[in-house]
Amino acid sequence: METAPKRTNYLNADYGIRSWLLTLDHKRIGILYLISITLMFLLGSLFAVLIRLELLTPAGDFVQADTYNKLFTMHGIVMIFFFLVPSIPAVLGNFLLPLMIGARDLAFPRLNLMSWYVYMVGGIFTLWAIITGGVDTGWTFYTPYSTTASHSNVLMTAVGIFITGFSSILTGLNFIVTIHTMRAPGLTWFRLPLFVWAHYATSLIMILGTPVVAITIFLVGIERAFGLGIFDPALGGDPILFQHLFWFYSHPAVYIMILPSMGVISEIITCFARKRIFGYEFIAVSSLAIAVFGFLVWGHHMFTSSQSVYAAMIFSILSFAVAIPSAVKVFNWTATLYKGSISFEAPMLFAMGFIGLFTIGGLTGLFLASLGLDVHVHDTYFVVAHFHYIMVGGALMGYLGAIHFWWPKMTGRMYSEWAAKVSAVLVFVGFNLTFFPQFVLGYLGMPRRYHAYPDEFQVLNVMSTTGASILGLGYLVPLCYLTWSLWRGPLASANPWKAAGLEWTTPSPPPTENFETTPVVEEEAYTYPLKEAEVV
Amino acid sequence: MSSSTTVAHQFDDAAQQKRASTLGMWVFLVTEVMMFGGLFTAYVVYRSLYPEAFAQASHHLNAELGAANTLVLLGSSLTMALAVRSAQLGKRAGTVIGLIATIVLGSVFLGVKAYEYSHKFHENLIPGPSFVFPGSEADHAQLFFSLYFAMTGLHALHMVIGVGILGTLTVMAARKRFSAEYHNPVEIGGLYWHFVDIVWIYLFPLLYLLGRH
Repeated sequence: METAPKRTNYLNADYGIRSWLLTLDHKRIGILYLISITLMFLLGSLFAVLIRLELLTPAGDFVQADTYNKLFTMHGIVMIFFFLVPSIPAVLGNFLLPLMIGARDLAFPRLNLMSWYVYMVGGIFTLWAIITGGVDTGWTFYTPYSTTASHSNVLMTAVGIFITGFSSILTGLNFIVTIHTMRAPGLTWFRLPLFVWAHYATSLIMILGTPVVAITIFLVGIERAFGLGIFDPALGGDPILFQHLFWFYSHPAVYIMILPSMGVISEIITCFARKRIFGYEFIAVSSLAIAVFGFLVWGHHMFTSSQSVYAAMIFSILSFAVAIPSAVKVFNWTATLYKGSISFEAPMLFAMGFIGLFTIGGLTGLFLASLGLDVHVHDTYFVVAHFHYIMVGGALMGYLGAIHFWWPKMTGRMYSEWAAKVSAVLVFVGFNLTFFPQFVLGYLGMPRRYHAYPDEFQVLNVMSTTGASILGLGYLVPLCYLTWSLWRGPLASANPWKAAGLEWTTPSPPPTENFETTPVVEEEAYTYPLKEAEVV
Repeated sequence: MSSSTTVAHQFDDAAQQKRASTLGMWVFLVTEVMMFGGLFTAYVVYRSLYPEAFAQASHHLNAELGAANTLVLLGSSLTMALAVRSAQLGKRAGTVIGLIATIVLGSVFLGVKAYEYSHKFHENLIPGPSFVFPGSEADHAQLFFSLYFAMTGLHALHMVIGVGILGTLTVMAARKRFSAEYHNPVEIGGLYWHFVDIVWIYLFPLLYLLGRH
């Protein structure tokens, strides 16, 4: 069935701003999120640009220390709470989950729309805090600095993050219920795409972790507003308790950011290797294992915070344990490539980049999980490099891979493959040039969060800033050609990659109801290579 | 197919819709447990750090009023359960009466709570600049009252929302929106109400009774 230009789909079913702002269609809500988080990403990147400009020279000449403190704080807050946490789940999870499980929508469409509005309200509070002077506590809000000493907009930012947390909770709740109750006939748990498994694990963390950080931020807020002493040692409060409560969420939050990307990589690798994914059950269950282990390792952020030595040792061992399910995934992806018929379309380039960068990020995580070494490199650029390898090299590469992989499905248009490949290479090269020198800087002892540094660190910092410029270019290029493709891109077929999965059996872009008739699933996921008849 | 009008378009049938909304409420209650869990953790940590101050401070709470409120709330859970049972049997009058009784008892609880709060205000036990506490560990006692107001305040907020939900359910029930086949909103509202009740069952001994002889 060739796609006739007049066919009704979710994009042309209705027109006008109201049809978007009041939509209950999961696909349209995914697009709303796509636009909002892209704007947030640009804002967060702006702060990164200013940070890298300041660090070009050893002296604090471009901005003063106070301004610099605000820049890295706002970079972290915007990127973590407003870009990385919602990125893949809220955009692609929203768009794809019902399509992948053969449902007409998520279980609670109104709640889904509400989650976007909650996100926007939290975003507006945070933007207001940024415009009216910013915040300088670091994204971690450590007490008692945040509650008593800081003169910046802590309260307003806290309100923004508190509110945004609920958008994450509502998304997680919606996904869990949808995956449990809305699967198409025959779609058993072990036939689900691994993208769905990854989102199930992510949702578990969202509903279990986010409420804890919400109440913690709430306590910081009332402490600051009413002069209470809940975390203030001068009044008997315990700042270490704050760190425990904060990291109880904020470490698992790392897995909120990386797990969906891992789901994406599983989809892309198996598609472009033309081979059924190796060790499906292990990859599926390892997502759950990461979610569970992820809740037991928060103490590794507190090795230098007067935590009990025995607690630190146990947290160290458990942190090593997280490497097991993570490595299970990497090995299975690699084994999937073995003897596959590999082709290197743009999504595949991003996926391969993910595997390399995530592996480096993960292995340096093991360095940081060992007690002795962590005390040495704690709060240095080694840590900064490590988590950027996971969050940018991992989560963001996965996000870009996902956007390229499902763009034809979401928009019905193909982008320029050549430009996309250039972008993938720019991002990979730029990323490594930005962050690999930071491992060295950290090892040599350059502390994070300072606007000035000794002269001998300049060469590596100039490399890093150069890399960041290339990286920035690598992000701007897709913004151009993807936008361009909306008007000028060739029409996409229902299944341009010849991929397996229910979302590729419906036209691009899908109709509002997703499927004309509810699909019935009769076989396992990823039946590559596809039989000719299955390729629409 | 009398119930087809109440099944949302994304569901295949009423049974699927019921499974989804019931699971949704349970998942929501899990997040609530985690949210209160953060406060309970803070309370337990400080209680073990400053047992003396916390015991003294808790003497300033009115255990009799707390106990009375516990009974009121337990009673409201009974009337809520009766409302759910009536809804299951399709008895409209019983559902409406049960819901109204629950709202009344919930409001009584909130009234008593408000009276307790105002009493604390007159005794200068509201944390902040005007906080006055006899004894050497005033700062630690202030921690107790900070947590007391945070925990009971968050609980009271849930009660207020609960009363709002029950009010909506009452109107829906009075307008014959429910039947023996379709009454899931009442059941889900009941789940929420019982949860809020259970939170108080933990708050009362922790805040009012522990350390009292």
